[in-house]
Amino acid sequence: MPVIRSARVPLDRASVIVPAGRVYVIPQRCKECRFCIDFCPKDVLVTSTETNAKGYRYPVVAPGKEEACVHCEFCSLVCPEYAIFTVEGPRAEVPA
Amino acid sequence: MSTSTFIAERHPSDPLFRADRLPHIWCPGCGIGPAMHAYAQAMVESEIPLARHVCVSGIGCTGRVPGYLNMDSYHTTHGRAIPFATAIAIVKPELEVTVYSGDGDLFAIGGNHFIHAARRNVDLNVICINNFNYGMTGGQVGPTTPMGARATTAPFGNYEQPFNLPYLAAATGAVFVARWTSLHLRQLKQAFLRAMKKRGFTFVEVLAPCPVGFGRPNDIGDAMEEMTLYRERCVVDASARLDSLDIDLRDKERPITLGNFVDIERPVFDPLAMMRPAGERENHAALAGKTQEG
Amino acid sequence: MTVARADAVLTGQHFFLGDHAFAEGALAAGCRFFGGYPITPSTEVAERLARRLPEVGGIFVQMEDELASMAAIVGASVAGARAMTATSGPGFSLMMENLGLAAMMEVPCVVVNVQRGGPSTGLPTLVGQADVMQARWGSHGDYEIVAYSPASPQECFDLTVKAFNTADQFRIPVLLMADEVVAHMTERVTIPPPEAIPHVERKRPGQGPGDNGFLPFKADDDLIPPMVHAGEGYRVHFTGLTHDERGYPVLTGPAHDRLVRRLVDKIRLKAWQIVEYEEYRVEDARVVVIAYGSTARSARRAVTLAREQGIPAGLLRPITLWPFPGERVRKLAERVSAFVVPELNLGQLSREVERFTSLPVLGVNHAGGAMMPPEPILDVIREARG
Repeated sequence: MPVIRSARVPLDRASVIVPAGRVYVIPQRCKECRFCIDFCPKDVLVTSTETNAKGYRYPVVAPGKEEACVHCEFCSLVCPEYAIFTVEGPRAEVPA
Repeated sequence: MSTSTFIAERHPSDPLFRADRLPHIWCPGCGIGPAMHAYAQAMVESEIPLARHVCVSGIGCTGRVPGYLNMDSYHTTHGRAIPFATAIAIVKPELEVTVYSGDGDLFAIGGNHFIHAARRNVDLNVICINNFNYGMTGGQVGPTTPMGARATTAPFGNYEQPFNLPYLAAATGAVFVARWTSLHLRQLKQAFLRAMKKRGFTFVEVLAPCPVGFGRPNDIGDAMEEMTLYRERCVVDASARLDSLDIDLRDKERPITLGNFVDIERPVFDPLAMMRPAGERENHAALAGKTQEG
Repeated sequence: MTVARADAVLTGQHFFLGDHAFAEGALAAGCRFFGGYPITPSTEVAERLARRLPEVGGIFVQMEDELASMAAIVGASVAGARAMTATSGPGFSLMMENLGLAAMMEVPCVVVNVQRGGPSTGLPTLVGQADVMQARWGSHGDYEIVAYSPASPQECFDLTVKAFNTADQFRIPVLLMADEVVAHMTERVTIPPPEAIPHVERKRPGQGPGDNGFLPFKADDDLIPPMVHAGEGYRVHFTGLTHDERGYPVLTGPAHDRLVRRLVDKIRLKAWQIVEYEEYRVEDARVVVIAYGSTARSARRAVTLAREQGIPAGLLRPITLWPFPGERVRKLAERVSAFVVPELNLGQLSREVERFTSLPVLGVNHAGGAMMPPEPILDVIREARG
């Protein structure tokens, strides 16, 4: 499904502080449903190349997306296995 | 592995679960897991101490929920969670009792108990994971299976009319009725919170993928596809007519309506009501009437 | 745990219906929850408790059916209340499902079954004794049950108190297997003062809820685990699935054998302590009649008539149908020549008697509908005497 991004830019964009998140994964719990990957609003995640003991590929942060997580916690909410969560990291100002 | 992925041993929500039992038995992509997480978080946010929350279930995949929650939990017989929980709720009214079970358990074998607990307005929260089939036994037709959908016991397609659960719950007396999905988790958690804060019989239906039992025989593919279907076809309309809330997954043009549809007051089931002083009873009735007018 | 409240115990002499004596026995035992469904001939138990329970702060709920009634009393009991239901054959059949749940979860509760003629709707208003084997084996799977058989309104009271104590002591469902004649019979019932009513407390854990090592289904040497109630902070899990000492499901053969063997053994090994019976003129008897409930009253008369005719007859009246006083039968078999088993069914308890003796076991059977008269019993006593 194509991802549609809003073309509009909020007026206060320059002053908004967006939280940064760090992604934590519990690989052995993952069953590779891909919910976290497909529903991440920032497309931060991809499947791992390695598998866990049960043969599932778990989520990892995509190359180039190391700073992209905004700690919205949706991956943690939607994960059926409680195998992923984010921790709020140091806040960074949104580049103009 | 990307260097910015951190590996953890435990999830911050693990204290709410019997983490020594994880991973759970549910299939990859099952919608029960997220709905259970939302319930666990709602318990924390309810400001009701965890020791006062009780979870009761019947049989089936969703019946296993209480066994994974780190709380007083009762996994009872097929269909009988509601009368079991009713007794707990009236013996210890200080407890916040939630029945967490599936569509077959609550509405086929347990249907009679549901309508009577709703009629009485027992102080219970009933959460129904509706995945449109009997998952635990391998994908049989159930009371919510949409017309035409295939199941192992409906190999040519289901020829029975399914229940419209919010309509049923409202008609039989539930004071709070909501429907969300295992994708609409923030709204779902808010609905659970509202149910916990409210006295009386509340009902939250959670549409959830069962990729093995329901998805596969119905060309939905994997769980991602059903979750995507929820994202594309669900509309939120709290003022929708209750009799319009039927779900037909075959009709791609037809929306699936979500929302908190009912939020009213009625006198709460109290077996000792008639033993209380008349004034106390009247106040109770007046409160109910006032809110209904408002 | 509820203790006897003065206003709940109607101390004194009464002229009571058997069904009302069940209700008063329950109140005296501290029962504070009744979930039931109207059914003849047990309805008077519910009717009396609908009036009396609220008076003493207890809860009466008329549930939507007997499935719900049984589930409700198990739920009430896990919340800490002494709980009871009352029913008859068709309702008893519906209760079998959650009777098994109570056995598996080890939840104490009491079920009154006022037996009428069956199968199916049978004889709703008339007597039967044909649920004896259903009481023992009615729910699926292996379990042991305790079932008392009252023969008078006084026993309806006394055995109800005892049933609650046995249920709490062993963490089991306990049955009161009455019949329509006893339940609808009005006789003198003496209710003792509250302090004279025996009260056995449910075994409770020694450790508080803060102890992480607490195992809610770890039994002591008596094979009975202490019971924790909902809302006490122990975060317990109760399941009808095969489970381990933590209460967690473990679906393996070894775990199942370990659990079911304990559930059965906690009763079997204490059967000698639970078994009760009454005897009448058995000391020198050559023919022993074994009868229970209303039939035992006729049997007693038959024994008296036989004695008047010079036949050395006696009566063994099991007060516990289950566990059955089989060892007593075995002992009597060493010196009597035959057993006569009258019952309002076509041969149920007689099968149990046969397990404990190779002597002739002569049934006196009628499918039900009226109380067994003494005469046919006397005829078979004569026949047994030869």
